[in-house]
Amino acid sequence: MQSSTPQPAPASQPLTLDAVSHSYGDAVAVDQVTLEVRAGELVALLGPSGCGKSTLLRIVAGFINQTSGRVIIGDRVVDPLPPNRREVGIVFQNYALFPHMTVADNIAYGLEARGASKATCRERVKEMLATVRMEGFGDRKPRQLSGGQQQRVALARALAVRPRILLLDEPFAALDKNLRLDMQIEIKRLQRQFGLTAIMVTHDQDEAMSIADRIAVMSRGKIEQLGSPVAIYDEPETLFVNDFIGSSNRFAGSVETAEGDGYGVRLAGGTLWQVPSRKRFATGEPVLVTIRPEQLTLSPQPMPGTMPVRLKLSLPIGGELIHDVETSAGEAFKVAAPRRPGAPLDLTTTLHCGLAAHARPVLFPRPAA
Amino acid sequence: MSGTAHAGTTGIEWRLAAPLGFTYLAFFAAPLLILLVMSFSVDDNLGGFSTASWTKFWGDPFYRGVVWDTLRLGLLAVAVTTLFAYPIALVFVASGPRLQRLLLFIILLPLLTSVVIRTFAWIVILSREGVLNQALLALGLASAPLNLLQTELGLVIALTQIEMPLMLLPLITVMGQIDPSLSDASRALGSSRWRTFRKVILPLSLPGWIAGATLVFASATTAFISQTVIGGARLVYLPTLIWQQAMVVYNWPFAAVASVTLLVAVLAGVTAFATLGRFARTA
Repeated sequence: MQSSTPQPAPASQPLTLDAVSHSYGDAVAVDQVTLEVRAGELVALLGPSGCGKSTLLRIVAGFINQTSGRVIIGDRVVDPLPPNRREVGIVFQNYALFPHMTVADNIAYGLEARGASKATCRERVKEMLATVRMEGFGDRKPRQLSGGQQQRVALARALAVRPRILLLDEPFAALDKNLRLDMQIEIKRLQRQFGLTAIMVTHDQDEAMSIADRIAVMSRGKIEQLGSPVAIYDEPETLFVNDFIGSSNRFAGSVETAEGDGYGVRLAGGTLWQVPSRKRFATGEPVLVTIRPEQLTLSPQPMPGTMPVRLKLSLPIGGELIHDVETSAGEAFKVAAPRRPGAPLDLTTTLHCGLAAHARPVLFPRPAA
Repeated sequence: MSGTAHAGTTGIEWRLAAPLGFTYLAFFAAPLLILLVMSFSVDDNLGGFSTASWTKFWGDPFYRGVVWDTLRLGLLAVAVTTLFAYPIALVFVASGPRLQRLLLFIILLPLLTSVVIRTFAWIVILSREGVLNQALLALGLASAPLNLLQTELGLVIALTQIEMPLMLLPLITVMGQIDPSLSDASRALGSSRWRTFRKVILPLSLPGWIAGATLVFASATTAFISQTVIGGARLVYLPTLIWQQAMVVYNWPFAAVASVTLLVAVLAGVTAFATLGRFARTA
C-alpha cells in the first residue's frame, strides 16, 4: 500500500511530572506523582476509576492547574501556559469531533488556529487523511462515520499540528471489541511513525498491556508501580497491582525456611512450596503467596508440593479451560490450562494441584486480618 | 405486521387530535379569515368590497413608519437580549449545579411577576426623578436628568429585561447539551477562548438562539402593555394603532388591515430568523 510517509516529527520530547499533586477541596485526586516519560515512549496510566489518572492527563493538557508540582515538556516548564499554548495533542474518549464541520475542517482546525495558509492546510489535511487511511472521507460529517473512522479522524486532527506530546484518554473504550485490536495496532503504528511521546489513560489492562512501553499502575492518586507490561504482570510489587492486573489466586501461609534467594512456605493446608523472592522475610512470618491460574497444574497423582483438590466447574474461555477447584478446607481458587481435545476432567475424582514448571509465585507480607 | 398496526393507530390518532383541531378551526382559523375579509370591507358589518383601507394604510408615510418602527423595536430587542444572554449562558453552563439553580431562579424571576407590574416598575426606574436618573446624577455621569420614558431607548431597556427569559431559556438548554470536551479539544488544538467561542460554541448554539430570537421578536413586536405604558402617546406601534383604530376610532376595516400587517410582519421576522439559522449551519 502506497501511503505517503510524513517526515519524522521534530525531535521527540520527554515529559516529566515532578511531584505533581492536585486536590478538589479536601479530596486528594493526585498525590505527589513523579513520572518521567522518555522521548518517543508510550506510557499507560492504568487504574480503576477515581484513581486520579484522568486528572493527571488534564493537568498535562493544561485544563486543570495542579495544586503543586511541575509539568515539564522537553526542557520547558509548561505550568504557566494555557492549553492552547502547550502543543499537546489529545484524543478524547468520545473523540470530540466538531459535529458542524467536515472531516477535512476538523483536521485543519488546529492548523488554522496556528495561522497556516489555506494551501498548507489543504496539503496537510490530505497527508493526514492518507496517514490514517481515510482518503476520500474529507467531505463527510463526523456523524456519517463509524466509531473506528471517527477515531482515525480524531487521531489525524491531533497529529496534524505535530504536537510535542500525544495524550490518549480511554481511546478504545467506545469501540467494539473486534475493532479495538485493530485500533491499538493503528495507534501504536502512528505513535512509532511519528516518534511521539505519548500518555494513555485507561482502566483496561489488556489495552495497556498491548500497546504501552511502560505501565504506571495508579491507585488513590499515587503510582503503585511503574514498569514494563511483563514486569508488572510477573513481578507485582504490591498486592493492589497483583490483584488489579490479570487474575490471581492467594494462599495464606508462613515462612518455614529461608535459603538463598527463596523461601520455603508452608501453606495453610500443609503443602510446602518453594517460592523465590528478593524481598526479606523472617522465619515464621505470616505471608501471602499469589499465583496466576495458568501457573498451576492439575494432575491425577499426588506429587511433592501438590495439594488435593476437588474440581467444581470447568469453563472454556477462548483457547483456555478455567477450572474452579476447592481444597478440602474449602479454599476455592482457579486453575487455567490450554484446552486439549479429549475427555473432560472427571468431576468426581480428587485431583492434585501444584506449581507448573515455570511458575512465578509472588510473596507478600500477610496483612493482619 | 407493523404496517397494519400503524394503519390501526392512525385512525385513533386522528380522533385524538380532533377536539384540538376543531377548536383551532373554530377559534383561530375562522376569526383569521373574518379578519382578512374585514380588511377588504367597507364598514364593520363585513359589507361591500373595497381596497380603500389597504391603500390608505400603505399610502400614508405615517402608517408605513409605524410598521417600520415595530419591526425595528423587535430587532433591537433581539439584538440587546442576545448581547446579554450569551455571557449569562456561558456563565450558566460553566457553573456547578447549585449555582445553576440559583441562576435559573434569577432568570425565571421576571416571568413570576405580571407584565403590568414589571412595566410600572420600569416607570419608577426610568422616570425623570427615577432611580436610574438619580444614580446617574449622583455619580456625575449626567448633568441633567435623561428623558427615558416615552423613548425607544427606555422601551428597549424595559423590553430587554421583560423578554430576557425567552432568549435565555432556549439558549442555555441548547448550550448545556454541547459536549464540554469540544471546547477542550478546540483549546488543545491551539485556539484561544474567543476563537473557541466563535468557531465551536456559537455555531452549535444557533438552534437555541434561533428559538430565543423568534420568541423575543414575536413578543417584543406585540408587547402592547409595555409599548403603551412606557412608549406613551409619543411612540406608536402596530398593537397600539390597532387598539386605537378598533376601540377609539371604531374603524374596524382599518384595524383589520393593521392586524393582518402585524401578523405578516411578525411571521416574516420569524421566517427570517429560521432561514438565517439554516444558512449559518450549512455555511
